Amino acid sequence: MTTPFLSVRDLKVHFPTPDGVVKATDGLSFTLEKGKTIGIVGESGSGKSVSSSAILGLHRHTNAIVSGEILLDGVDLLKISDEDMRRKRGADVAMIFQDPLSAMHPYYTVGSQISEAYRVHHDVSRKKAKARAVEMLDRVGIPQPDHRVDDYPHQFSGGMRQRAMIAMALINNPSLLIADEPTTALDVTVQAQILDLLQDLQRDFDAAVIMITHDLGVIAEMADDVLVMYAGRAVEYGAGKEILTHPEMPYTWGLLSSVPDVAGDTSAKLIPIPGNPPSLLTPPSGCAFHPRCTHMDKVPGDLCTTVLPDLVPGVHSETHLKRCHLANPDAIYEQEILPEILPELVEER
Amino acid sequence: MSNFWPGDAGMPSEEPVGEDATDEVTEFSEPESAHPASVANWGAKPILDVRDLKMYFPVKSSGVIRRTIGHVQAVDGVSFQVPAGGSLGLVGESGCGKSTTGRLVTRLYEPTGGSIEFDGRDITTISPRSLKPLRREIQMIFQDPYTSLNPRHSVGSIIGAPLAIHRVVPKDKILPRVQELLEIVGLNPEHYNRYPHEFSGGQRQRIGIARALTLQPKLLVADEPVSALDVSIQAQVINLLQDLQREFGIAFLFIAHDLAVVRHFCPEVAVMYLGKIVEIADRETLYNRPNHPYTQALLSAVPNVKQAAIGGRRERIQLEGDVPSPINPPSGCRFRTRCSLAQEICARVEPPLLQIGKRHKVACHFAGELGHHPDRPITASLLGVDDTGTPDPGATPATDLGNEPGYSDTWFDLERKTMARA
Repeated sequence: MTTPFLSVRDLKVHFPTPDGVVKATDGLSFTLEKGKTIGIVGESGSGKSVSSSAILGLHRHTNAIVSGEILLDGVDLLKISDEDMRRKRGADVAMIFQDPLSAMHPYYTVGSQISEAYRVHHDVSRKKAKARAVEMLDRVGIPQPDHRVDDYPHQFSGGMRQRAMIAMALINNPSLLIADEPTTALDVTVQAQILDLLQDLQRDFDAAVIMITHDLGVIAEMADDVLVMYAGRAVEYGAGKEILTHPEMPYTWGLLSSVPDVAGDTSAKLIPIPGNPPSLLTPPSGCAFHPRCTHMDKVPGDLCTTVLPDLVPGVHSETHLKRCHLANPDAIYEQEILPEILPELVEER
Repeated sequence: MSNFWPGDAGMPSEEPVGEDATDEVTEFSEPESAHPASVANWGAKPILDVRDLKMYFPVKSSGVIRRTIGHVQAVDGVSFQVPAGGSLGLVGESGCGKSTTGRLVTRLYEPTGGSIEFDGRDITTISPRSLKPLRREIQMIFQDPYTSLNPRHSVGSIIGAPLAIHRVVPKDKILPRVQELLEIVGLNPEHYNRYPHEFSGGQRQRIGIARALTLQPKLLVADEPVSALDVSIQAQVINLLQDLQREFGIAFLFIAHDLAVVRHFCPEVAVMYLGKIVEIADRETLYNRPNHPYTQALLSAVPNVKQAAIGGRRERIQLEGDVPSPINPPSGCRFRTRCSLAQEICARVEPPLLQIGKRHKVACHFAGELGHHPDRPITASLLGVDDTGTPDPGATPATDLGNEPGYSDTWFDLERKTMARA
């Protein structure tokens, strides 16, 4: 078996605070191949952004305690020196941030910020770097790039700024691209443009992409694999299609049934997940989702409240992992959840 | 429950609020209470009637003498009605004027033109003094629960402030009323002395809703009420709003960019683009048979998880470029710069918001269902122009293409190209 391009094993990011240790990410493992996309879904505070900044080495020299293994092409990113990390960051691993307005410096032109990213990693003249920036702006679909390169970020619209961010991230041909909520701040039509652009570029550059989002619709369109996170842990992980058609974890069911559907039945009610996301300072005992879970009665005894379930293969396939005590999630999903969220599909069967 | 919302026409100022209603209120906030679909209430008399509403913000030049050098046409000739106890959804991309419309309706801005009639009263230009009683009846829920609550005020004083300002209940009755409201929105009534930072995002939004409910409004303007919340919390807040609407008969002007949320909440939906309504229809028509190319593009752009889950992926209609500047909007149809159907007439003549169905209006020269757009402009004969948009001296333009709110009994039949009636 060949080693995967990116392999994250048992990643833990803990923040010591005066009130105790916040386990923002607690034992996360996943793998990713070149040219593929993994979608990480979860609510705010589930640890999805913290995990990805660990891959970029952004927790170095903070008080965070990072442990585990992040193997990128065989190199453990947690063990290499600051200097080596600096060389990789931006060149091999790049990131697209959620809010392009706050991720860009308002005092510098878009062009100088993009070419700076290039000059850090390549020994070229300003002029050459700028030419490269123009080329990238053109590639991401900015009209009149040779003219717009001298604009300031405030002169760009939201969608164009996000395009410029993508140009900045891709200027060094990174092999791993982390997109942290790349379209959350954008309108739907612009979101569609950006998602298509990302897919095109991924094909051209053969990059591996980690797509962090809370929007399952975006995941459904973009991701090959899906990782659902809750309270710092993976609760469901597997092929995207598999997870969306046969989810086996009540939290994923909740995510699916709580979003209204643009095509579905309007008389179908929204079933919210009760309660609020837990505090990571004092996470619930046992399964972290148990205080909000509506299927606890189907598990014998007090397993849910006392024992943390392992991430084990589900009913459907060996590669579909889930963290839940339910013995027959498949049947519950078919009989209870599916009729609620997709009544028209059940009628067809 | 009847004595909880005493009277229909607002509460007499001295009347104490029914304290004996608490047990019934608990029953109401029961989590298993049903959430029936938001049903249309077409016969209802409109509580809000907005006619040709305009809001132009001046753009000033820089320098010492700040002359006005242009106007941002944030809202430009918008007409709609909200039925009493019903809800109208306003959707559109950022900068389309939907929030400005909401702020005009609550009279946070004074409109540049047009009229707003609330409950039979013209409130377009009334004085700040006479606005005060109006504020009781129109309230607003804001988008961001982190910035719309004063961090230095306790929840009790935030929710109680409207009661004190409007002297609705005596001072010693404010606290019980606040606790009642907290219970209605599903918060612990004992938490009235806590501060906003002690609550999560979803709970804060509930506080904002409780504040809006304090004065028993007849109309709530909800400006992106759930977009700042996590998905699992969004559904809780939407269900709460639906319960409140059903229970107290509050009309909603529901402003959001999330098409799925609006579809779920509102029986009638208006789509805005660059300060104008481009299509307005009942929910089923708008989402299943949109006739405006912009609505079609907007709907096709929504990533749909359930569709993807069963294996289908809809083809997206790509819109080129960005929304043009509202300072200098395109001539004729404002959408034409991004529209694949645009022809000469679109640059010359602005399409009227034409009623093409019982409850369906669309502003497009080439209105038609996706893939069935006509080759020749449907509006040419009505506007008295030829197919390229140049005035046709022989034709007589129809006179009743006014920008009237609501729907009339007759409409233009797209198939037969004549006026039809129900």
